Amino acid sequence: MRLPGLPFSPLALVPPLTLALFLLPIGAGLVGTWLPAFGILPSLGGTGPTLTPWVRLLNDPALPGALTATLISGFGSTLLAFTLTVGFAAAAQGTWAYRQATRLLAPLLAVPHAAIAIGVAFLLAPSGFLLRLVSPWATGLDLPPDLATVQDRYGVALALALAVKETPFLLLMLLGALGQVQAPQRLATARSLGYGPVTAWLKTVLPAVYPQLRLPIYAVLAFSLSVIDMALILGPTAPPTFAVLVFRWFNDPDLTLRFVGAAGATLQLLVVVAGIALWRLAEIAAARLGRRWIARGNRGGPGQIARQGWSAAVFLLLGLGLASLLVMALWSFAGRWRWPDAWPDSVTLVTWSRQLEPAAASGWTTLLLGLAAAGLALALVLGCLEQEQRSGRRPTRALWLLYLPLLVPQVAFLFGAQVLAILAGLDGSFTALVWSHLLFVLPYVFLALAEPWRRLDTRYLRSAQCLGATPFAVFWRVKLPMLLRPVLFATAVGFAVSVAQYLPTLFAGGGRYATLTTEAVTLSAGADRRVVGVFAFLQALLPLAAFAAAVGIPAWCYRNRRALQ
Amino acid sequence: MSSLRSILFALGGGLLATASLAAEPRAVPTFEQAVESADGQTVYFNAWGGDERINAYIDWVGDQVSARYGITVQHVKLSDTADAVARVLAERAAGNRTTGSIDLIWINGENFAAMKEADLLFGPFVSELPNFALVDTEGKPTTLIDFTVPTDGLEAPWGMAKFNFIYDSARLETTPENARELFDWAATEPGRFTYPAPPDFMGSTFLKQLLIELTEDADLLQRPVQDDAQFAEVTAPLWAYLDTLHPNLWRDGRAFPTNGPAQRRLLDDGEVDIALSFYPGEASSLIAAGQLAESARTFVFPEGTIGNTHFVAIPFNARAPEAAMVVADFLMSPEAQAEKQNPEVWGDDTVLDLARLSEEARALFDAVPLGPATLAPEALGPVLLEPHPTWMTALESDWRRRYLR
Repeated sequence: MRLPGLPFSPLALVPPLTLALFLLPIGAGLVGTWLPAFGILPSLGGTGPTLTPWVRLLNDPALPGALTATLISGFGSTLLAFTLTVGFAAAAQGTWAYRQATRLLAPLLAVPHAAIAIGVAFLLAPSGFLLRLVSPWATGLDLPPDLATVQDRYGVALALALAVKETPFLLLMLLGALGQVQAPQRLATARSLGYGPVTAWLKTVLPAVYPQLRLPIYAVLAFSLSVIDMALILGPTAPPTFAVLVFRWFNDPDLTLRFVGAAGATLQLLVVVAGIALWRLAEIAAARLGRRWIARGNRGGPGQIARQGWSAAVFLLLGLGLASLLVMALWSFAGRWRWPDAWPDSVTLVTWSRQLEPAAASGWTTLLLGLAAAGLALALVLGCLEQEQRSGRRPTRALWLLYLPLLVPQVAFLFGAQVLAILAGLDGSFTALVWSHLLFVLPYVFLALAEPWRRLDTRYLRSAQCLGATPFAVFWRVKLPMLLRPVLFATAVGFAVSVAQYLPTLFAGGGRYATLTTEAVTLSAGADRRVVGVFAFLQALLPLAAFAAAVGIPAWCYRNRRALQ
Repeated sequence: MSSLRSILFALGGGLLATASLAAEPRAVPTFEQAVESADGQTVYFNAWGGDERINAYIDWVGDQVSARYGITVQHVKLSDTADAVARVLAERAAGNRTTGSIDLIWINGENFAAMKEADLLFGPFVSELPNFALVDTEGKPTTLIDFTVPTDGLEAPWGMAKFNFIYDSARLETTPENARELFDWAATEPGRFTYPAPPDFMGSTFLKQLLIELTEDADLLQRPVQDDAQFAEVTAPLWAYLDTLHPNLWRDGRAFPTNGPAQRRLLDDGEVDIALSFYPGEASSLIAAGQLAESARTFVFPEGTIGNTHFVAIPFNARAPEAAMVVADFLMSPEAQAEKQNPEVWGDDTVLDLARLSEEARALFDAVPLGPATLAPEALGPVLLEPHPTWMTALESDWRRRYLR
């Protein structure tokens, strides 16, 4: 579209600037972690190169157990979320349950991981809500049983809670992708050939839609294999998951462990890379088998049982997520609530009145940080998309780069990035904090906004240009108003992602900035559940409010514009 | 991409070049000078944040010093004090000498030993603080000797801790009187006892308590660990004890609570029957806060339990060392100490010598209620001294090697 000889537009700088903002900290952070992994960090007396950190890492007695828990919880949650997503879409498409479930997605997506983990921990614990409901009258238990239903050795509870967060994400990604593969037409054709609905979906839609689901799945897998905040709350303790083990090494007063931590962070990266490679191999194998299965031509049945089974499983999981939020909200208003009482003995505002001040302080930080990161991300993404549209070039490779912060484990580069931030004098500053959040906010904002932006009918834009509007006026007066809804939705997504960040806040903020999430994770270890409830509740409330605003503002703005509603 | 690579090289080179340079110690101001400079400064107080009652007390301190000296206190809530030690180290690694992110740190034991050893502390500043004269350095020698390491004026005493147990008297009639009895009780009631995983300080203290009781010559623990052979010999009875105790613990000893508060929550949930505590007033304080049953009580081993002092120190690169000194002094003031001792607030014993206080100041302490579950001072039993920090570090790493697998 850009004509030769046109003046150079500063807009052309936005995409490279965006990429630099991303790649610089990640790349430099990785190198800053790899060097100490081989003993090179002179300020701590490491002049390397040496393999000592690796020897210590590989000889650590906690390593096998930690890796086992990591692999089980990481692969388990991803498999569970993937199976539920695909099975549900295949079995329940078009049903009432399907429409209801898609409505529950946004709230569950918005809520930070830590809030879900805290609630799930209380629901599932041996002295937790579910057993309290039925004890002692049905179970005969006067004291909670000594069973590891949370913080279990293999991270099963962790996997379950991860799946609560990941299933909505994958479902949403799938919904977006389904629109692009003409799913209804494919289904109609297959059905007319006599295929059952579930089989038809699996044989004709899944192969077409999977490539678009691939990156989100890899991101989910990478996240599950390296998650820290949820693992601190729900994961095993002796030993913890591998990412937590690495996190502890970085924080140990024994300085030589910093090198082991760097080696561990590098191993964490390798685990994720190997995990994704393994998944890719499984994809290839599944595709081979699947092709044979498709070619065999079995028509499959009406899929009644599959529909009910999958709907029940998905609702159970989504229900667990919602219940975990409600139960922590209830805790924040509870008087005394001891085992085996199913409900609190009284409802009170005492906890809120006591915690309001400290909670408000971290709440403001969370809010400002989220707004800054989401706003900045929105500006950059809009710049990139606008430049893409004006130049008429649509970079395809860039999508992989965009996913980079979601694929590289946080713990693998944040240590190196922190050392560099200290060198740059940025450490512990609000700038560093916003930047660190931006790494994770930006990809999501881009993902949420790119499709609606690209799909906007270009005839509107051409009409405006024909009427004499400058490109800027077209952007400002035509595109933005028409796309207000997806723009605000993308901002809300970015805000929610920022609220949920734990590790970047700790590393980049120098511990100086307490957000609702860092507070909630710290408190969840042992503090009064009523106080934890206040923080978990607020932590969930902020992103939900952002989503409500993203829905409400366009509705109000365009209350007199039926076509825009 | 080539430009990116050159940037990475430049950064990597910077990383390599930042060797640790010998730091010039910063001058310590007099208290009057400190008060003068402190007005308007912000103190980033890095303190373990796992207990919201302590957090609330620190908030109160912030309000007080703001009103009196114009100092803003920002409580940076740590889950492990070692995080902050790590941070100061990372800052020195990057050449940050005067603009560190930590101004005041709640510390003792091996973290203090590590920081002192590595020259990471500002001072000596404690002798400049007027309220230090009120500290009971004779009756409470641990205010000067922190886990056998002399404080040398690098940390100001803040509170007295004494290891004790909390139990629910409605569930438990008799309490064990020593490590052996605890062991036997756990064997008859499997799954009803646990301890926080070291290196949480509560869990590590439990190990040290056991070691002092079980080892042949506890005096050896007052000196640094000599070598691996000595450590293995001295600690052999402890590991034998734990190896047989663990199968009888909560979750068969395959999971441990994160910290002390996590265990007392388990006590309140009915998952275990005993929790560990470091503050003699903690049980009363928790009853008042509605976090433990009215029937919760405290017990100690009559032959003695570990006692120590916890302190505040200032990192060498603090941005506001003057204000940090003023806050450290305020923390030792009779008013702040009496407030802290109140079980409805925190229940942490004072470091002060009440005999040295004015009548007015002593009245503050007289007004502090003991609380229903607090043992009288004479029932708290003798104080066992903390072993040298090298024992704790070695215990923690050996515990990790043995049980974190």
